[in-house]
Amino acid sequence: ARSQSVFGQGLLGLLSRDTLDDDAWDEIEDTLITADVGVTSATQIVQSLRTKVKVLGTRSPEEARTLLREELLAQINPDLERGVRTEPHGDRPAVLMIVGVNGTGKTTTSGKLARVLVGDGRSVVLGAADTFRAAAADQLETWGGRVGAPVVRKDEGADPASVAFDAVSRGIEDGVDAVIIDTAGRLHTKTGLMDELGKVKRVVEKKSQVDEVLLVLDATTGQNGLRQARVFAEVVNITGIVLTKLDGTAKGGIIIQVQRELGVPVKLVGLGEGPDDLAPFDPEAFVDAILGEG
Amino acid sequence: MFETLSDRLTSVFSSLRGKGRLSEEDISATAREIRLALLEADVALPVVREFIAQIKERARGEEVSKALNPAQQVIKIVNEELVQILGGETREVRFAKNPPTVIMLAGLQGAGKTTLAGKLANWLAGQRNTPLLVAADLQRPNAVTQLQVVGQRAEVPVFAPQPGNGVGDPIEVARESIEHARRNNHNVVVIDTAGRLGVDTEMMQQAADIRDAVEPDEILFVVDAMIGQDAVNTAQAFLDGVGYDAVALTKLDGDARGGAALSIRHITGRPIMFASTGEKLEDFDLFHPDRMASRILDMGDVLTLIEQA
Ligand SMILES: Nc1nc2c(ncn2[C@@H]2O[C@H](COP(=O)(O)OP(=O)(O)OP(=O)(O)O)[C@@H](O)[C@H]2O)c(=O)[nH]1
Ligand SMILES: Nc1nc2c(ncn2[C@@H]2O[C@H](COP(=O)(O)OP(=O)(O)OP(=O)(O)O)[C@@H](O)[C@H]2O)c(=O)[nH]1
Ligand SMILES: [Mg+2]
Ligand SMILES: [Mg+2]
Repeated sequence: ARSQSVFGQGLLGLLSRDTLDDDAWDEIEDTLITADVGVTSATQIVQSLRTKVKVLGTRSPEEARTLLREELLAQINPDLERGVRTEPHGDRPAVLMIVGVNGTGKTTTSGKLARVLVGDGRSVVLGAADTFRAAAADQLETWGGRVGAPVVRKDEGADPASVAFDAVSRGIEDGVDAVIIDTAGRLHTKTGLMDELGKVKRVVEKKSQVDEVLLVLDATTGQNGLRQARVFAEVVNITGIVLTKLDGTAKGGIIIQVQRELGVPVKLVGLGEGPDDLAPFDPEAFVDAILGEG
Repeated sequence: MFETLSDRLTSVFSSLRGKGRLSEEDISATAREIRLALLEADVALPVVREFIAQIKERARGEEVSKALNPAQQVIKIVNEELVQILGGETREVRFAKNPPTVIMLAGLQGAGKTTLAGKLANWLAGQRNTPLLVAADLQRPNAVTQLQVVGQRAEVPVFAPQPGNGVGDPIEVARESIEHARRNNHNVVVIDTAGRLGVDTEMMQQAADIRDAVEPDEILFVVDAMIGQDAVNTAQAFLDGVGYDAVALTKLDGDARGGAALSIRHITGRPIMFASTGEKLEDFDLFHPDRMASRILDMGDVLTLIEQA
């Protein structure tokens, strides 16, 4: 990945020292903390690595390097299934819901996803189920225009569940391949808004199954990201995570805890504001960015 | 399970009550707990280090050894230090001698700038000002429309001569807005700008150009309270790239501890002026350092108890 960190730069250098003293281990832990991995996880990773180095009698820097990289990769679990389910089933389009707290990149991700599918020769309907934020539907409509996908919308303040329902109905009538429903940003602590989101999903399910519920997490988010993921998982049973804004200096290390605790894989990453700045999550690139080897 | 820092410190000290001086081991154990709490609150690591050094020094001193309850005394010290860093001198908005007063907002994508622009305009209008909102984000899809809606809700006029969505020059818009404000008797101008990354040199230059075109009386760095360790990089990048006089912290209505407040204040020396606490116009307040300190450490009412002890 493109992100670089002054802290990350030195990390592998540390492992090249002749002896791995306490200071070196502390600095490794610091590097992980600085990537938002979280202090508890960082401590565990370092502990586990220390044990391995001891048991294996690792001396050479290359071996230690490989061990740390392996350890981080194991934390990410590269074997998780990360495909996004966008295939229609029978006469039903695939239905995807995009959820998350305010300003993480949901609308942008909806647009980018539509772009990928349209580019692949598939037809997409976008549902503007954010009826709350100023000009949210207009923003989605601009994206729809850019990527060639019609937008189903209603007036500001309309019931988001009914917009989502209409979008799916329209998708079925028109025989499209996928319906992407953009929802309003909401903090996980607001029970009223979280209930509303649960309702959006239940109402859609009267019409069609929901194939993906993607939680959009901003890579700059710190430890709060785990709390967000917990609540969204409980309310709408998220099936994947999109980690946005990885084009900045933030590493998004919080997803290690999120994946481990919830078992929900990161499927996509956002790498910019343009229509093509969406990519599959690459565990190796993610780890290398944390290690400062991007 | 000990949930809060106060609980944890109390447990560290439980054997000590009335024993007087803390041993070096006690102090180290204390420092470890505080470090953990601060990191869990997303306070940036370099700031945590300095902070801990400071606390250790005071913990070795008389005020703790003489205290009846060393745990509570240490918590009190931690809180004092936090409030001191977060607070400093309270700053009012600086109004220009020759109106209009120009306030420019800058920050990462999605931080809450446009929403804050509306809140600020609403707040200013409530204090008998005649603000003008300026749509200088011509980048993000429908940022202009968004500001227009926000302006309508706040009943504040919006200067939006360019449609945006990639069309128009934000520097030109900002420059013209000052003339427009003068002609129409707006005494304050609030300029909304596009979100940008610290590493995006081109966009950062644009922000600097807007600044140079309007010479703001206040540049506010708008930052999301949920931000993690990257707060230091970003705060520094905006300081170097465009500069700012004060900080507005957003999305404080969630449960993020908001350690970034401490990091940014400590690293940049810039005061935190405003707190944004929701999506609606009125969810806006001046920043309260004491509330923020107990929020970062999850101390709740414990402090009140300590004060009363
Ligand atoms: N640099 C960068 N910016 C992004 C990325 N994804 C989204 N953004 C920007 O982040 C800001 C917020 O994006 P939106 O898509 O509006 O976010 P949202 O989650 O829909 O926001 P709300 O609906 O208000 O909750 C916009 O300025 C986007 O252009 C990304 O991957 N990288
Ligand atoms: N809960 C909550 N949401 C907020 C707050 N401030 C802003 N938001 C929401 O955060 C999202 C992003 O806010 P914007 O004002 O569009 O952010 P921005 O910085 O202008 O975004 P860009 O222009 O894309 O960089 C929107 O959904 C806002 O409603 C706040 O204090 N609390
Ligand atoms: Mg949106
Ligand atoms: Mg904006």
